[in-house]
Amino acid sequence: MTNVCLYFQVHQPFRMRKYNVFDIGHNSAYFDDKKNREVMQKVAKKCYLPANRVLRNLIARHDDFKVAFSITGTAFEQFEKFAPAVLDSFEELASTGAVEFLNETYHHSLSFLHHKEEFLEQVRMHQRLIKDRFKQKPIVFRNTELVYNNELAKVAEELGYKVVLAEGADHILRGKSPNYVYTPKTTKRMRLLLKNYKLSDDIAFRFSNKNWPGYPVTAKKYADWIAPILGDTTNLFMDYETFGEHQWEDTGIFDFLENLPRELKRKGISFHWPSELAKVEPKDELDVHHPISWADIERDVSAWLGNRMQNAAAERLYALRKDVLASKDADLIDAWRKLSTSDHFYYMCTKWFNDGDVHKYFNPYDSPYEAFIAYMNILNDIILRVKGDERTGVGAALKRWMSTS
Amino acid sequence: MFGWEFPPYKTGGLGTACYGLTKGLARNGVHVTFVMPVAPEGAAAEFVKLIGANQLAKKLKLIEVPAMLAPYGTAEGYAADYAPLNAKGLYGKNIYTEAKRFAKIAKAIAHKEKHDVIHVHDWMTYEAGIAARNVSGKPLVAHIHATEHDRTGGKPNPHIAHWEYRGLKAADIVIANSEFTKRNVLLQYKIPEEKIRVVHWGIEEDHPHYKLDYQSILNKKRKIVLFLGRVTLQKGPDYFVEVAKKVLRFEPNTLFIVAGDGDMLPKVIHRAHELRISDKVIFTGFLQGADVHKAFQMADLYVMPSVSEPFGLVALESLKNNTPTIISKQSGVSEVLHHCLKVDFWDVDRMTDMIVNMLKHTELHEELRENGYHEVQKFNLDEPARKVRDIYNEVIR
Repeated sequence: MTNVCLYFQVHQPFRMRKYNVFDIGHNSAYFDDKKNREVMQKVAKKCYLPANRVLRNLIARHDDFKVAFSITGTAFEQFEKFAPAVLDSFEELASTGAVEFLNETYHHSLSFLHHKEEFLEQVRMHQRLIKDRFKQKPIVFRNTELVYNNELAKVAEELGYKVVLAEGADHILRGKSPNYVYTPKTTKRMRLLLKNYKLSDDIAFRFSNKNWPGYPVTAKKYADWIAPILGDTTNLFMDYETFGEHQWEDTGIFDFLENLPRELKRKGISFHWPSELAKVEPKDELDVHHPISWADIERDVSAWLGNRMQNAAAERLYALRKDVLASKDADLIDAWRKLSTSDHFYYMCTKWFNDGDVHKYFNPYDSPYEAFIAYMNILNDIILRVKGDERTGVGAALKRWMSTS
Repeated sequence: MFGWEFPPYKTGGLGTACYGLTKGLARNGVHVTFVMPVAPEGAAAEFVKLIGANQLAKKLKLIEVPAMLAPYGTAEGYAADYAPLNAKGLYGKNIYTEAKRFAKIAKAIAHKEKHDVIHVHDWMTYEAGIAARNVSGKPLVAHIHATEHDRTGGKPNPHIAHWEYRGLKAADIVIANSEFTKRNVLLQYKIPEEKIRVVHWGIEEDHPHYKLDYQSILNKKRKIVLFLGRVTLQKGPDYFVEVAKKVLRFEPNTLFIVAGDGDMLPKVIHRAHELRISDKVIFTGFLQGADVHKAFQMADLYVMPSVSEPFGLVALESLKNNTPTIISKQSGVSEVLHHCLKVDFWDVDRMTDMIVNMLKHTELHEELRENGYHEVQKFNLDEPARKVRDIYNEVIR
């Protein structure tokens, strides 16, 4: 029997406008405020507020109930701008002492794969955010989309983290169980927690699927599945938007959440935070070279960096870093960082024929090609902003842009 | 099967569509007798029995008419097109008379040729279909490739619209080549929806022309953007030149090719001159056979800005030739194609944005080219033919 480790990811990107070639050099409003507001307010109403209420009640009712969150900086900013009540409710949850916050990159970026310095800066930004808002100094790190390899574990250890999270992908476990605590090959004392993707996805993806043999999954049934598990922990990691947004209220998802701690308690199962596993003796060492993630069937980074458009866009984004920072223009730096959010690259994904339905569902653009067009137009405006007055202003820079490929 | 044209005697998509359909049907064990007003020399195919109405009915003095110009021209175009013929006394009053004569001959053919189903293509042949059914009593399938509304940009010729309606109403089953066409049929004619089936077109899987790998001297140091189709209102050539002007502001080293003929050609040439881009726009006139494929192959990008495109087989042809496409959302093909860019025909700025980015970013161009080419391989002649065969079986029962 193992205790359950619940971690929920909270994230919203700043979606871009359909920024076109005529906007370049004329308009630096890159983000679609209207759409971002709509999405935030919808998700706040369907998910964040009601789910936080359920958690608040669970904490009041069960002494042993514990949960961990990672909230991105871009989600935070949008709570402040569009749905301040959500922020209040998270602060209220934090004040109960039952909630642990994790660290990640402020902008939910894949900077770890592209630019180490930028990665460290975005982690620092997130550390400040969590410290200021929730008075916590996390010792647990989760990278964007659970992108992980040996190198990440090493960097996280250097930053002082004790625990790192990753996907319990079959190809790294090779028959081992995700329900033990491991240690990354490249680190001295780091602990690696792996998502139990089967049980996590039973809730996140399959909960309302009537064709799934496990349907309908009640809290009691689910507790029965967890009870026989042997090991150190059952790691249930998922998007917080699972509750009410991906699985609508009428599927019974909130009732499920509400009843789960009681049903687990009947089986003698309790909860722990990721940080509490820092002292557990690791079962084994895991050696992960190629980056893994929690996305798609491939569990790799091909959803964000799987085609030429995605690679070109990322390459050009990070190539601009030096000039953008040198401009000392706070708005420009802020906008540039928001463009590093992984979602923008996800929208450019062309893997439509296999598991593309998920991509399609989340894509605000009609096609991955149009996502690329808007993104590159914006990058070109940024080029004008950093280099515009170098020679004879915008016209010259635009010409330079046109003459290079 | 009654049609109006058959390769090489064709000027538009209908001939290609009929060729593909009869070929696909033959592969699926259906024997087709294809009747057209005139079966010119060279029109032959081993998989279909071709009959020219002129061969059967010399007495009626049927002449070889420039068929496609007629049914797909503008309403005003008819008079102009046929005035010279009328003057010489060679031809009846107009295209309607022509279609009526075709219907008379159809009676004789229905009598003579053994058949189980009568299949007719577009309004010119609908009267023939009705006449044939009156003789044989066999079920009538009316295929609609374009409504009069599509052809005229919403200003239908009332005579033609009436004929179209008569045919659709008389038919046991109507086959529309897209949801787009089906919607138009439902909107304009009170045809019961349950009578309409949608069969999207396919394309010949393989063809020697696809692999010509043609390069022109024009390709050197320049990017080429292609328009290919009839230069007429329905196809949006006027939007193409407006877009060309805007694209040239960003990508001055681009050449625009307008391939095709049609009533709007003088107007479009004049507009290019007005916009002062005559040196950047080339007009090829009507292309056929291998030249069509060469045009695709030398182009970096094919744009189909159609105001109304019931299907748009050309987009598939472009992809088959490894040329990525930007297609109008007002098209049937946009219902079945994913790896292309889609735009409203009137949205000149958006189209400019897409073209500029395609020319500018090789990554975008390459992804669209490769994925588009991959996607078009799933289109073939068999699948639409199988669906049509199933419809035959349905009406015969």
